Amino acid sequence: MARRSPLTPVLWIPAGLALGLLALPLVALAVRAPWGQLPELLSRVEVLQALGLSLGTALVSTLVSLLLGIPLAVVLARSAEWPAVPRRLLRALVTVPLVLPPVVGGVALLLLLGRRGLIGQPLNEIFGITIPFTTNAVVIAQVFVAMPFLVLAVEGAIRASDRRFDVAAATLGASRFTIFRRITLPLVAPGITAGALLCFTRSLGEFGATITFAGSFPGVTQTLPIATYLELQRDPDAAIALSLILMIVSVVVLVSLRDRWVPGITR
Amino acid sequence: MSLVAAFTAHRGAFALDIDLAVEPGRVLALLGPNGAGKSTALGVLAGTVEPDSASITLEGRVLDEVPTEARRIGVVFQDYLLFPHLSVLENVAFGPRSAGVPRREARVRAMEWLERLGVAEFARQRPEQLSGGQAQRVALARALAAEPELLLLDEPLAALDVEVRDEVRSELAHHLADWGGLTVVVTHSFEDVAALASDVIVLEKGAVTQRATVRDLVRDPATPYVRRLVSSWADD
Repeated sequence: MARRSPLTPVLWIPAGLALGLLALPLVALAVRAPWGQLPELLSRVEVLQALGLSLGTALVSTLVSLLLGIPLAVVLARSAEWPAVPRRLLRALVTVPLVLPPVVGGVALLLLLGRRGLIGQPLNEIFGITIPFTTNAVVIAQVFVAMPFLVLAVEGAIRASDRRFDVAAATLGASRFTIFRRITLPLVAPGITAGALLCFTRSLGEFGATITFAGSFPGVTQTLPIATYLELQRDPDAAIALSLILMIVSVVVLVSLRDRWVPGITR
Repeated sequence: MSLVAAFTAHRGAFALDIDLAVEPGRVLALLGPNGAGKSTALGVLAGTVEPDSASITLEGRVLDEVPTEARRIGVVFQDYLLFPHLSVLENVAFGPRSAGVPRREARVRAMEWLERLGVAEFARQRPEQLSGGQAQRVALARALAAEPELLLLDEPLAALDVEVRDEVRSELAHHLADWGGLTVVVTHSFEDVAALASDVIVLEKGAVTQRATVRDLVRDPATPYVRRLVSSWADD
């Protein structure tokens, strides 16, 4: 085997700059945080309201993503046997929200579900249902942005699991449902957990699609990231405190993701 | 009551055409070199490989259109395929529980099978903690606990280290005789045939080249392949 050449300054300098760019903002946040006022800031009604709304909507959107995303992940994993065109189309549709600017996603959701939207207009006229600028809209925006993370994590776990265990279970007399419940699902459980955590953090941090599609009404659609942004202009200390909360939640999730099976994210 | 089967199947350019029968108390070996179609034959019997045509009758039941889970055919896979997320006990209890036996009762039955096969002490362990020989006995216990009417063994000794193979093989022969049900063993080793089987079907390139009792096969091998196997076995 060829000996690896020692790292040269040519490599060290940009690598150090890159690391600084990633880490120093978080250091600044921790250093400048008004730790003394923190209890007071965090007990304000509007902060608690935003925190509660954020945790609640992120939880619901994660549950919705689990409910709809796991079956989609199964289909995506099976699509390996499909012809090229539908297979690639399906994968592209699942992946687009990952690369789409969230604001664009918000605009697109308005065009579909807004009062004059493709589905939103009939929904409004016939059933009197309005979606945009409601808490439901917050959840929909989060699902749109965050569900692909879950789908891809679960799909990866399904692909990595050995289908022959399903065959073995069938020879023991297990029905398809039993096989799914007792064999397939538990074997991909680590992937599901990792996907759900990613989905939750992405939902919690959602800003662009939410503010576009759901607006920022305190207590209704003003989630933590939106409140943070607005507070920055009124009360910077409050904004810093809110940022700290978001950062702590993210770190907690990252730590709990450690050793779990998400390719490229934890290893 | 018995197993009577005739089927054809193909995998790419490879074509399999075989008919076989197993009588109660007999162990049939499907003997053949790699790629002869043995595993495909086993898959057709178990219902996991789609045949081109098939007529399979087990204990008077026609299985041609019956899905795997309703065939009552137990399989011990070459690499055992013990469920990695379940304990040894839960692996063996899986068959009874799938048949609707309540959890507690299924565990009792599983424990009985583990005791019968001498692996009860590992009941609480995970499959990954077992040695090859132990895993094989657990896999056999799991298959038998589902009360199959036919037992299929796919290269049951291939995954084991050479040093322990002889010992595990004679134990397996003992357990199969003890069980006494219809059994088909797929193997490329004449040692397995001699120790485990009473009848042999030799499969070469998808076709049957000889069928005989083990004794007659030794006395009168029909093809160069069998002659080579038998003579190298006799030399040992």
